[in-house]
Amino acid sequence: MAAVPQLQRQFIEYTTSLYNEGYLDDQFTQLQKLQDESNPDFVVEVVSLFFEDSEKLLNNLATALQQNIVDYKQVDSHVHQFKGSSSSIGAQRVTSVCVLFRNCCEEKNLDGCLRCLQQLKHEYINVRSKLEALFRLEQQILQAGGSIPMME
Amino acid sequence: MVHEMEEDQVDDMEVEVLTSMWPEDIDEAGKKFNVEKVGLHDHMLDDLTFVEEPSVVDFKRLVELTSYSEKGSSQLSNLLQNWEYKQENVVRLLREELETLSKQQREVELKKLEIFEQHRFEEDTYGGDKRPVSVLEEGYEIFQDVPRKRNDVIVEDKRVEVDAEYDTVIYWKQQALHLGKLLEASVQREQILLEKLEESIENLEKQASPVEELSHILKRADNFLHFVLQNAPVVIGHQDKDLRYRFIYNHFPSLGEEDIIGKTDVEIFKGGGVKESQDFKREVLERGLPAKREITFETELFGAKTFLIYVEPVFSKDGEKLGVNYMGMEITDQVKKREKMAKLREEIAVQKAKETELNKTIHITEETMRAKQMLATMSHEIRSPLSGVVSMAEILSTTKLDKDQKQLLSVMLSSGDLVLQLINDILDLSKVESGVMKLEATKFRPREVIKHVLQTAAASLKKMLILEGHVSDDVPVEVIGDVLRIRQILTNLISNAIKFTHQGKVEINLYVVADPHPEGQQEQKMENDDTSVSQNGVMLENESHSHETVVWIRCDVKDTGIGIPETALPNLFKKYMQAGADTQRKYGGTGLGLAICKQLVELMGGHLTVSSIEHCGSTFTFTLPYKVSHACDSSDDTDEFGDMADNESTDDDITCGFFQFQPHTLGSLFNSNDRIGPKEIITSMDDDFSSFDNSSEPENSSKCNSDIENTNCNKKENHDDLPVSSCSPSDNHSSKICEARKDSDRTSEHSSSNQQETVKSEKKPKILLVEDHVVNVMVAKRMMRQLNQDMDIVNNGAEAVRAVQKCKYDLILMDVCMPVMDGLEATRLIRSFEKTGNWDEATKAGVEPCDSPYDQNLEEPRRRIPIIAMTANAMSESAEECFENGMDSFITKPVTLQNLKQCLEQYVE
Repeated sequence: MAAVPQLQRQFIEYTTSLYNEGYLDDQFTQLQKLQDESNPDFVVEVVSLFFEDSEKLLNNLATALQQNIVDYKQVDSHVHQFKGSSSSIGAQRVTSVCVLFRNCCEEKNLDGCLRCLQQLKHEYINVRSKLEALFRLEQQILQAGGSIPMME
Repeated sequence: MVHEMEEDQVDDMEVEVLTSMWPEDIDEAGKKFNVEKVGLHDHMLDDLTFVEEPSVVDFKRLVELTSYSEKGSSQLSNLLQNWEYKQENVVRLLREELETLSKQQREVELKKLEIFEQHRFEEDTYGGDKRPVSVLEEGYEIFQDVPRKRNDVIVEDKRVEVDAEYDTVIYWKQQALHLGKLLEASVQREQILLEKLEESIENLEKQASPVEELSHILKRADNFLHFVLQNAPVVIGHQDKDLRYRFIYNHFPSLGEEDIIGKTDVEIFKGGGVKESQDFKREVLERGLPAKREITFETELFGAKTFLIYVEPVFSKDGEKLGVNYMGMEITDQVKKREKMAKLREEIAVQKAKETELNKTIHITEETMRAKQMLATMSHEIRSPLSGVVSMAEILSTTKLDKDQKQLLSVMLSSGDLVLQLINDILDLSKVESGVMKLEATKFRPREVIKHVLQTAAASLKKMLILEGHVSDDVPVEVIGDVLRIRQILTNLISNAIKFTHQGKVEINLYVVADPHPEGQQEQKMENDDTSVSQNGVMLENESHSHETVVWIRCDVKDTGIGIPETALPNLFKKYMQAGADTQRKYGGTGLGLAICKQLVELMGGHLTVSSIEHCGSTFTFTLPYKVSHACDSSDDTDEFGDMADNESTDDDITCGFFQFQPHTLGSLFNSNDRIGPKEIITSMDDDFSSFDNSSEPENSSKCNSDIENTNCNKKENHDDLPVSSCSPSDNHSSKICEARKDSDRTSEHSSSNQQETVKSEKKPKILLVEDHVVNVMVAKRMMRQLNQDMDIVNNGAEAVRAVQKCKYDLILMDVCMPVMDGLEATRLIRSFEKTGNWDEATKAGVEPCDSPYDQNLEEPRRRIPIIAMTANAMSESAEECFENGMDSFITKPVTLQNLKQCLEQYVE
């Protein structure tokens, strides 16, 4: 098992890269700050909730866009929700795709919507795997008896 | 059997002979032309009818070619060689066969001899009956040694088997009989061989003529060629070195032989491409290298057609150029298709590029909007508490203070005002940029505006500068426009000019100019652009019948200051830009002033320009269109100038075109308008620290105290005209301040607010969160807990209304977009209840009221619950919508701890 300081350094580097590459923004830091002893799994819980919700929304979106007559209002409301939840956990890239998506919705541009959906899926899967990796790293640190370093 | 073998050889040879018909060089990678054996599929070709007209041959030329051209002669010699070879082979084979035959004959004769001998022996034994066996046996041995070629095949060498006992009469008889049979067979074979020999000789004779055979082969090749080419859209030709046609094959002939042979392309055809093809052929002929080219013809004969042309040079044996072979294939359709494809591909590429560009733009726009919005929101958020601080300080300054305290307070006030102004600038700018800024159309008198702006500037003037205003006679007495904005622009420019001018004068010149874009302006009534400026003015005044006209007025703000280096000019109107870093340090300011001026001028449909000579001065010029109303008389009151002290302008003032303010006349001029403090100058954009210093002087600050409230109110009024700030939380503050103002005892106010704070922390306020999204709910809840607050959560507007019916809340955080009922409607319903005391509106909207004790108390004054919108689209339009529906403020999503905290501090007491 790797030494705690090494893991911690790895954790900090990884988190920093996530911020630098725009996967996450300050909102995620906010979430981390909200986590304390009384609520040790807060971030994981919220993020899991986000995953669950996102998968449902992505499904809904895919179904909505497959209809013969696309209800853009419906699509827009899904995207709006997605935008809300992603911005709440700080999944910045997902949020920005949502913004584009809503523009396409407004224009009733089906091609654009489908492309955005594709992009949205892509960004979502990206951020999910990144976050999962981050949580795994956290777990490793905890198992090794270390504490999670606080990001500024 | 020999014959069979022979035939195999002939087969091989035949193939060789035919391939040699074609140039050897084309044959390297594999045989491109293979013709089947003669006679095998002749019937196939027989079935086909060949129209042989298409090929037109100049036979003389062909003979010439074959005898002179290298290729022709090599082909001919090849043919001959092959024929000779074949004949030789046939002769050789026949000879071999003859040899075999003669050998066989010899054998047969030997056998005959043997048999005769045996017969003799037999007779002998019949006679003497004494014969040594060994001799006979030896004789057998001898016969066996006879050399026989291929006798294994031809002669069946069987040992004579005789059943009878050896050396008896029967034995010999049988032997004799057997041998007789053998002899017979042998003779028969000889006969057959002889026949075959004759046949072969006959064959040989038949094939003897080379010409016949060659022509046969040639004919077959020709047939095949026709067969292959009969439907191909190709033209094959040969042209001599003058590029005259000597041979042409064309499946779709449109010209007769006499029209083509002996002529050149140019002589035959007319139109596009003909010359090109001729030149191309000539080029090939000259360079001596084969080449391909696509040529589009546009001839009368066959219209627009594209051909792929292959041209190769033909050389004589000595390497002399004889002419060219050429082959053309019509590829018009393919070319069309290809072009279409290319076009399509190009279009796709363009579209893709456009798309990415668009995406990029969208992205950038989105980012920019976000950044701007952030700035605006930030400024907005800063302004509210800051105005509180400034207002409090203002109130404080009215109380009894000692000299030092007053001095400190005045520094505080001017600094605070500076920050407020900066924030207002930023908000102004973002409003103009986001298109929220609305212009007012009010009647005003340009001369008065100029006078007041100069007066105001002069009031705070601390330099020995002369301020002058010249208004041309043609400028109408009254025009319509947004006077506040125009004043803002003028004030900015003047204060800028004063700031950068240390001696000399600053002047404003106002005069009418021709419409810079006459064709674009429908309302424009000036018929002639060439008419002089003054004429235009006269014309305008004469046009009393016209209800409204547009007049373009140009305003120059000229100074004799430090000027602007040429390099700095392009950046001058950009935000946060100043002429140089040095300027920033020396003169201060935010660099927003000119940007705002430019944007305002452009918003009003005009333009702002600058010209400057370093160390000599600068001139800022803006030209704006104004409406001139003739229907209303100038005697109408000018309410717009209510904020100006000087209302009793005489008739002279109305038409007076010249104002001058000099430092030494300052006191006398401002008798009526007793105190214009540093406040006014503070409202200018590029305020510097010199004014800050000025205000810190005790006598100044005491002067301005009375004015502070006034100007502050004016400012408020100004901002109230603007849609966004009208409902901003700053209202809340100002009302608080008003209350505070009534309170005479500052200290008690202070302590009471302290008390409030302590109460706040003891008793937890009831907060309702209306939010449909689980993730957001979870985050907000957690944040609230962090802030040591609890909150109720409902998931949509309808539920929120019900919750409010049941329970008394101190604060509602309301999401805007929600299913069932959105936040705007819910807020409206709640506000309606607060106003009317009943839930009728809610019932109408489908939310049934429920019994609650709270509901019964109709007499009790219902408190207005602060409702904070939580919105994801932080655009001002949506903010406006929130305010219109009765919300008090809004937080931008995602909600942050700071946001919530601030919100609680502001609204929960």
